Amino acid sequence: MDNSCLQTELCGLKLNTPIFAASGTFGFGEEFADFVDLKRLGGVMVKCITLKPRRGNDGVRITETPSGMLNAIGLENPGIETFLLKILPRIKDKMNVIVNVSGSSVEDYGTLAKMLDVDGVAAIELNISCPNVKDGGIIFGTDERQAAAVTAAAKRSTSKPVIVKLSPNVTDITAIARAVESAGADCLSLINTLMGMEINVDTWRVTLGNKTGGLSGGAIKPVAVRMVWQTAQAVNIPIIGTGGIRSAQDAAEFFLAGAAAVAVGTANFAEPSITMKIADDLAAYLRGHGLKNIRELVGKAKS
Amino acid sequence: MKIFDVEILSNDAVAANIFRLILDAPELAAQAKAGQFVQVKISDEFTLRRPFGIASTAGGKVKIFYRQVGRGTEFLSRQRSGERLNILGALGNGYTARGGKVLLVGGGMGLAPLLCAAETAMRNAQCVMRNENPCPLSLVPCPSDVLMGGRNAGEVDFWQAEFRPFAEEIFLTTDDGSVGKYGFVTDALPDVLAKKNYAAILTCGPEVMMRGVAKLAAEKNIPCEVSFEKRMACGLGACLSCSIDTVNGRRKVCKDGPVFDAKEVF
Repeated sequence: MDNSCLQTELCGLKLNTPIFAASGTFGFGEEFADFVDLKRLGGVMVKCITLKPRRGNDGVRITETPSGMLNAIGLENPGIETFLLKILPRIKDKMNVIVNVSGSSVEDYGTLAKMLDVDGVAAIELNISCPNVKDGGIIFGTDERQAAAVTAAAKRSTSKPVIVKLSPNVTDITAIARAVESAGADCLSLINTLMGMEINVDTWRVTLGNKTGGLSGGAIKPVAVRMVWQTAQAVNIPIIGTGGIRSAQDAAEFFLAGAAAVAVGTANFAEPSITMKIADDLAAYLRGHGLKNIRELVGKAKS
Repeated sequence: MKIFDVEILSNDAVAANIFRLILDAPELAAQAKAGQFVQVKISDEFTLRRPFGIASTAGGKVKIFYRQVGRGTEFLSRQRSGERLNILGALGNGYTARGGKVLLVGGGMGLAPLLCAAETAMRNAQCVMRNENPCPLSLVPCPSDVLMGGRNAGEVDFWQAEFRPFAEEIFLTTDDGSVGKYGFVTDALPDVLAKKNYAAILTCGPEVMMRGVAKLAAEKNIPCEVSFEKRMACGLGACLSCSIDTVNGRRKVCKDGPVFDAKEVF
């Protein structure tokens, strides 16, 4: 199938399709090799990496909710050293590797960005929006000055494109987006999960070990589309839209709202090959609307 | 490992809230090993698949047992024969292939993967009797013995019927003493181990039960494999929903397991 209509460019990266796999839902990409042509993806945002290994949260980590799920994994990962030594060499030629990173301090983001300024890393995604850890993540994503500070720290330390992943758990996402843009971000990705909670009414116990978790899946798509649309009006850097995308129609909605690319997350769990189907169907959608390239769809929502 | 679109041959209640699902899935059956599991897509309305242990692969059919506990399994219980199901499998590592006489110790739904282990042992034993060497095992394969536990007679009756064609001896316990020995499988295990020499113990069920079984196995120096159940999203080792602590660090039940050497986890 001719996919040239999906070829595009983002922060200097050439993309076969504007479809990414969202961090935390796709491991290190290789887990999906039986189901996905990894080179056909725009890239894979690998599982979030921190300076030191993290064991993640205890107890129940996921629960299904109406049209979605809550997760509270807690950034379990082997740490940057193991990633660079053992994992990156294994995966770097198989896909565009975008490394999602989280730190406990502004300096951590600088250190991580510097360590990732190596061959095989296509871009760095700053996770300032994880709702499931106490020492980092979302505390940087809900304050304009902190968000700008971590962005600047990363930008100073690397030659790679820096993508900042924004949290929806804020009053005005455009204020954070503008602050991050001013600090030098090359690209934004939004949204991360919405903080939520579930209580079992039979046992009266909170389901998740972490008590609260991040809501993802179809349920959050309208929130994500709204936030992408608002942010696209407020900034000039490109946006990777994410949140509940399960089909090419869902993806098209994000492009219309102003996203230059999309990332698919929770939908990978039920359908490991869903990104390929979305690519096929999106190409057909473009042809059906007489468009030659996905870029022609970006930001075309009419009021 | 791949996705299969298969036909439901039957989906019947076998006890209160417990169902037996039989699928026409020859390709999956041919590649699946005892101890592995599948991820069943309930419908497009559900965000996640549901992981179930494989209970049988005989005759090109894959058998699954499930307890109706929530919306997903309730929906599944209403599917009828002739309808189709989308399943991902076979996932996980499965039990170590071995010969000798193995004791299977299970409680509740944990008996499902053990049924597949019993079926495999019987198949291997029959192949040896017909002089068709099934696999290069160091010990001659024999039919397994089973020690099973449940809450009451209703919960173990159908399991006995399922195991009977494949097991040599069945030992029984119930929490209420309505059938078999009163108590838990761990109460009955010392007597069972005193009667015969087992090459290995495979156990699956509540964690507290498996811990008790593993302890007794270690005391007797019998190799023991345990099979874990955890909530899962992907089943492919990507989401880390099912991470557990082991002596070798964090491991994923879906990919590194669900079967672990007892010494690695208890």
